[in-house]
Amino acid sequence: MDLVTTLLDIVIGGLLIGGIYALIAMGLSLQYGVARVLNISHGEFIMIGGFITYVLYTSFGISPLVSLVIVGPIIFIVGFLLHRTMFRKLLNSSPNINVFEGNSLLATFGLLYMIQNIAIVIWGSSSRAYTYLNTPVDLVGAIFSANRLVTLGFAIAIGVAFYLFLARTRMGKAIRAASQDITTAGLMGVNINNVLALCFGLGIFLAGIAGVLWSMCFSVYATMGLEKTIIAIVIVTVGGLGSIPGAFIGGILLGIVGEVVKYFEPSLYLAAYYLIFIILLMIRPKGIMGK
Amino acid sequence: MQYLFYAIGFLCLIYAGWFMEWLLGKERKGKWFVPGVLVVALAMLATFPLYAKGYTPILMSTIIMYVILSISWTIFSGPTGYMSLATAAFFGVGVYTAAFIGKSVPLPVFIIAGGVISSIVALLVGALTLRLRGIYFAMFTFGLILLISNLLLFYELHVFGTRGRFVVVMDYNTIYYAMFVLFVVLLAVAYLIKSSKYGLALQSIGQYEEAAAHMGINVTMVKVAIFAVSAFFAGTMGATIATRWTYVDPIIAFNPLFSFLPVLMAIFGGMRKLYGPIIGAVIFAYLQETLITRFSELYMLIFGVVLVAAILYMPDGLVGLILKLINKWRKGGSKAQHADT
Repeated sequence: MDLVTTLLDIVIGGLLIGGIYALIAMGLSLQYGVARVLNISHGEFIMIGGFITYVLYTSFGISPLVSLVIVGPIIFIVGFLLHRTMFRKLLNSSPNINVFEGNSLLATFGLLYMIQNIAIVIWGSSSRAYTYLNTPVDLVGAIFSANRLVTLGFAIAIGVAFYLFLARTRMGKAIRAASQDITTAGLMGVNINNVLALCFGLGIFLAGIAGVLWSMCFSVYATMGLEKTIIAIVIVTVGGLGSIPGAFIGGILLGIVGEVVKYFEPSLYLAAYYLIFIILLMIRPKGIMGK
Repeated sequence: MQYLFYAIGFLCLIYAGWFMEWLLGKERKGKWFVPGVLVVALAMLATFPLYAKGYTPILMSTIIMYVILSISWTIFSGPTGYMSLATAAFFGVGVYTAAFIGKSVPLPVFIIAGGVISSIVALLVGALTLRLRGIYFAMFTFGLILLISNLLLFYELHVFGTRGRFVVVMDYNTIYYAMFVLFVVLLAVAYLIKSSKYGLALQSIGQYEEAAAHMGINVTMVKVAIFAVSAFFAGTMGATIATRWTYVDPIIAFNPLFSFLPVLMAIFGGMRKLYGPIIGAVIFAYLQETLITRFSELYMLIFGVVLVAAILYMPDGLVGLILKLINKWRKGGSKAQHADT
């Protein structure tokens, strides 16, 4: 009985955190898959989203669920403008796409240090947390707080909405075209500059939303971003670039593996993620759902 | 007076790089580049601790460390375009080599051991990953830092029951001389690589890898070998600087910043010429030493801003920018002459 509860604890805990991981990875997948920017500062927007929610909740009493609607658009606009100014200039000045990928990777490293240290100046380097929807819920024997369930629900809802957006709308079609071949998509009449900036903005938007959800369950601190970015990169590699079901499979897989490793040895879970990353790059570099 | 010594030290370092670039040039024109001047510059660097006392040699050894890190990064990543973020991993391996065996063997032995172990790690990693292209290679090498530091932390906590360990302490002048000798060796190695067929092979790999392979270059062998050479120097730097730190733990030793700083220095200075990374390293190491103790967040913020600005506005670095300005000025001058005649 004891073993069963522990096992349930681990698996359900992994499932619940997997939803947030999937959101983060979807965002990164949009940025790298379409806009060709491997955004290392991706995790910083999770941190920003989390901190804004924390401030809104503790100082103004605004519910985190309302913050979703406030944080999302703000972070989307930031991302959109970032791409329109910085990455577009880089794209124009780079001779080919490989040079652009390298340069934009370094530029996002610069962004990482900028955002992280501005956050340290504003909020300090200690971790912050608030309690919201902390009522315990019994999930077939494993006890979890309600906020974890809410986050998974939101993650799945947003994932489905995104899937429909990409599969059914005209804009989604343009994004999918741009992800296959930027130049050709441009020749076919897709407004490439807008589509790329939109994808970058949406990617960061997903990170911001994930940050709001994250802050509902766990504490936020200024240096939390990089670890999340690395998790997202591993998930994108596991699930396959540009695949939303892949992001969910990878997210849940990593969530469960992380919980298992944390149960036995908490200091090794990042090493475990990295091991998965290595093995996948060796065996199947395009990921489980990759084409 | 102190600043005069810094200036002398900086100029000598930059001159050494400049001289190497001149040596690599085909025509070798210009009277400035007399080998005698190089001897004077190196002699001045070699006698630095004798006339510059106090903190100056310590700062200079830090600067030489960054110069070596960024040149060793440029040797591999400059021509090939493979962005390696593993410098911190090799550096950390060097630090830990010094921590493990530093107490039982003399300084030169553990410095070289640090370098050799780092290049063995690089050989393994390179053989596994150098077939990955672009961004995946960068991420892989970056993850390597986290992997090694996490495993080491686990090992320290569970096998020794402590988080870190004490390192044998060396005299500051000894450290300075170790850095200086390694700097000279690195310049010689960089010159040998650039002037040999391996330098050409690296360049053609960077321009068009398939074509390079079809030309008969053993692409994988060249990449892995040069990667290991570049790791060797990062490892020796780790082993040397560890003796100044007295205490290390995996988080200090494998700080990702040691991967980014050399990249920033090389990009900011300019990778095309050998003296570019030296200029970048001199400027940034000095900034770091003066700013980081008092305004650590501010320094990191500046670091981020400069990194973004350098990539956006100076694709060829400071050296590229200056060369461009000189060219423009010369063209302007020749046009004016035409107008006169």
